[in-house]
Amino acid sequence: MSPRISPEQVRHVANLARLSITDSEASQLAEELGVILEHAEDVAALDLSDIEPTAHPIHLTNVLRDDAPRPSLDRDEVLAAAPATEDRRFRVPRIMGETQ
Amino acid sequence: MTTYETVIGLEVHVELATRTKLFCGCANEFGAEPNTHVCPVCLGLPGSLPVLNRTVVEFALLLGVALNFDVPPSSIFHRKNYFYPDMPKDFQVSQFDEPICVDGWIDVAGERIRIERAHMEEDTGKTTHMGGGGRIHDADYSLVDYNRAGIPLLEIVSRPDMGSAEQARGYVSELRAILATIGISDVKMEEGSMRVDANVSLRANSTDVLGTKVEIKNMNSLRSLGRAIDSEIERQSAMLDSEEVIIQETRHWDEVAGITHGMRSKEGSSDYRYFPEPDLVPVAPTDEMRKVARESVPELPAPKRERLISDWGIGSSDARVLVDDRALCAYAEAAVAAGGSGKDVTNWCTGEILGYLNEHGSTPEALILRPEGLAELVALLADDTLSRSLAKDVLEECLATPVMPREVVERRGLAQMNDEGELAALVDEVLGRNEDAIAQWKAGDEKARKKKRGFLMGELMKTSGSKGNPKVLNQLLDERLHD
Amino acid sequence: MTGAKTAVETAAAVRSGDRSARSVVEEALAAISSREEELHACNEVMADSARARAGAIDAAVAHGEDPGPLAGVPIALKDNLCVQGELTTCSSKILEGWRPPYTATVVERLLAAGAIPIAKTNLDEFAMGSSTENSAFGPTRNPHDMTRVPGGSSGGSAAAVSAGYVPLALGSDTGGSIRQPAAFCGVVGVKPTYGRVSRYGLIAFASSLDQIGPFATTVDDAALLLETIWGPDQMDSTSIPSQPDPIGAGSDVSGLRIGIIEELTDLEGIAPEVRASVERAASGLEGSGAHIERVSIPSCAYGLSAYYLIAPAEASSNLARYDGVRYGLRVDGADVAEMNAKTRAAGFGAEVKRRIMLGTYALSAGYYDAYYGQAQKVRTLIIGDFAQAYERFDVLLSPTAPTEAFKIGAKTADPLAMYMSDICTIPTNLAGHAAMSVPFGTGAEGLPIGVQVLAPALGESVMFTVARAVEGLR
Ligand SMILES: [Mg+2]
Ligand SMILES: [Zn+2]
Repeated sequence: MSPRISPEQVRHVANLARLSITDSEASQLAEELGVILEHAEDVAALDLSDIEPTAHPIHLTNVLRDDAPRPSLDRDEVLAAAPATEDRRFRVPRIMGETQ
Repeated sequence: MTTYETVIGLEVHVELATRTKLFCGCANEFGAEPNTHVCPVCLGLPGSLPVLNRTVVEFALLLGVALNFDVPPSSIFHRKNYFYPDMPKDFQVSQFDEPICVDGWIDVAGERIRIERAHMEEDTGKTTHMGGGGRIHDADYSLVDYNRAGIPLLEIVSRPDMGSAEQARGYVSELRAILATIGISDVKMEEGSMRVDANVSLRANSTDVLGTKVEIKNMNSLRSLGRAIDSEIERQSAMLDSEEVIIQETRHWDEVAGITHGMRSKEGSSDYRYFPEPDLVPVAPTDEMRKVARESVPELPAPKRERLISDWGIGSSDARVLVDDRALCAYAEAAVAAGGSGKDVTNWCTGEILGYLNEHGSTPEALILRPEGLAELVALLADDTLSRSLAKDVLEECLATPVMPREVVERRGLAQMNDEGELAALVDEVLGRNEDAIAQWKAGDEKARKKKRGFLMGELMKTSGSKGNPKVLNQLLDERLHD
Repeated sequence: MTGAKTAVETAAAVRSGDRSARSVVEEALAAISSREEELHACNEVMADSARARAGAIDAAVAHGEDPGPLAGVPIALKDNLCVQGELTTCSSKILEGWRPPYTATVVERLLAAGAIPIAKTNLDEFAMGSSTENSAFGPTRNPHDMTRVPGGSSGGSAAAVSAGYVPLALGSDTGGSIRQPAAFCGVVGVKPTYGRVSRYGLIAFASSLDQIGPFATTVDDAALLLETIWGPDQMDSTSIPSQPDPIGAGSDVSGLRIGIIEELTDLEGIAPEVRASVERAASGLEGSGAHIERVSIPSCAYGLSAYYLIAPAEASSNLARYDGVRYGLRVDGADVAEMNAKTRAAGFGAEVKRRIMLGTYALSAGYYDAYYGQAQKVRTLIIGDFAQAYERFDVLLSPTAPTEAFKIGAKTADPLAMYMSDICTIPTNLAGHAAMSVPFGTGAEGLPIGVQVLAPALGESVMFTVARAVEGLR
């Protein structure tokens, strides 16, 4: 069985997915994902160049709602569910990445 | 030293003036108490689903007409996946390769600027950085308010068709005038309802290889947009001169320091894994929707300026001032419709009235003097009932109290003396008691003559109680002096 | 089994005043207490709110009002359906203790029809699994055999109905998560046409595949429940806007054209007893006047692979929001990215992480076309093949699952083997069609087997007709 994904790739993907993983988890995931991707080769190998992709099983268009206000939630209830709040806002640790 | 050609493309995010958010019924309102305009949908609570706001699509179609876009038969939403705490779902619902508007353009100062696309997307929440002077990277922690999360945006992406900060400003200014005219946004850069990011690159004049693109963010006025671009051009030129490598990055404009700052970015953060948003269906504008959009777009700024220049005989800078201020322009047009001459109305509107509005922080809609009043004032000036200085007096009173100009003239007996016989008598009388001055005028050199003539003219106006027609008085005075 | 009454019978008795809703609820609570310790079908029993609701229904009946078609019928809800103020966890540590501030559309409709939600049922974490062993709160056991799984991911709902706690339950089906546990537990399970039932308030696994549907002991009960919850909903953009026609009560299959899907029935790995059950159901239907033929749906062979790219891809995005900021678990970190990553590492179980990783990979730069893009094209093929088959057939038949319920722990170490147990149900989700599982026959170990009846989009009426006929053959 040739693993199709290396532990380095696993760590890159885990970074994209915001999952902290240990080195041994990276190796294990590389192996498990390799098996699944190996199985998916039957699909990856098909020649489907002239087939349109289907993103959605039903064909609706223009599902639109009127621009009419609806009630919002109670702020206290919303904030009560949060792990940390301060001054009516959600509190998070410092942000290191850039804004988009 | 090498000279470089500057290549600028702009991405403009415009918050739409809808009643509710893009995908939910929460109010779209600036300045509310934190986290009060939130619901399961815009908070991204588990199990919630988006439903598209019809008005947003209508606004996008208006924009399509106004910016000469093609609107393809179908457009879809994608998810742009990245983690950021101001984004409740940790993906942004946006449009990717099938946006609602493609291939548009506008003309700015005679140059065509191509616009690649405009697409619908949701805004993020607002983050406040605590500690470390309130800047993101020095902060100890941050606080998030999701009121703005899910507010509808149109992102308008230009082609890299601009070559200077001046042209970029012209483009944004024209765009802002168009958006205000079609009424889809407040377009306030200061409040963030219009946000401009600039992509700036430089290339040596001798090549056609594009330089490395640097994105600048955080400009909150037209002025800072211009300054930021100029500062970035300077920075990149200096780097190229000293053969440094320019890296592709996002830089923040620092208004106070007047420079751009590079931003630290986490490694591997820009693989957005776009895929079609499965919770939304395609938008396929119907013929009816397109027709409504075509018929709802009012006269746009460029043709409006052309019309005012040719119909009213005004200059292009006055036309720009008027058309950029929709309310003032409407006021002026109403005054012209009430019989005022376009040129005179424009002079008053871009002069004294604009001055009054700025001084009092007022708006044309709130003026006590209605457009009909301005038309009357302009007519009183045109038929020589009032001199310009008397007219200013009258205007002052009409701006302060609800009274029509003609009433003021009558009550205060301000009508200008135009009768030539009457004025001749007045000149005789004034010259009669100023024999010395006449003698000095006759004996004097050019400089002395000018001074004495001014004195005599002042005496004439004073004696007439400012009501003498200055043109006629000037003429009569000259005749008498040269006798 | 307790020999409990059907939902149809209970609702009729409560509406007429022959039985009190209170007594129905007490009986259900007693049934739960008697077996819940060994089965662990429920994450939460909502005894107080159920009793209060029963009291209100009895009062309404006493005032001569009609509380609705499901008056006094206790119902179990898969714990991925939001009920305002009630614990809703998806059997995940990351949502432990979360109480939604809003209620799912289907639950609103149940309440309006007089039904009484009585329990939130266990599931594979975020509905990812085929055995309910992936629950952060421990597995559910099969009421027919304590050493076996109830199937999954809606294993708690299937077990709750099978054990006689309740006559009805709701589950969600993304790749077979209603039908496969229904087959394993010997009850009826329905995956309606995509878009027929509102997903608003269903915590998403894979948005283009998820659909809520009924569990019941009889086909009639399943129809009654489906008719209560389906129909257009303005809160779900993918909700089909037309009002559905009533399902009807027919069981006459004479003249119907029924195809047996070769790729799903003759497959290696289908237990002989399972294949025999499908054949036996088919010949029974033939005896009732249906035309039976075998039909090939070649692209079904790729369904499993396509599904295990599409579903994880959508899930990787749907589950990004569990980041420790707004609700649920938080594990602190030096900066927000570290906090997110630690929270998600601690809050998600192994299978959820595996699928998030798989889906993130399938969508990532350089791999999108080969995996996600290609899987979407397979979806087009499957839809095309089914369309061809439905030109010739009214409904199709296949096994629901390859085997009867397997032993707890038998497949936990081998994800691919676990995934294979959805092989017969997945094509329906990819196509967006309707399908249901009807208990029919038993396996080598004496455990229930399900026969799957598949119908085209909006084909629920004919699907239920055939299901009723199969039920009548038992
Ligand atoms: Mg954008
Ligand atoms: Zn909202």
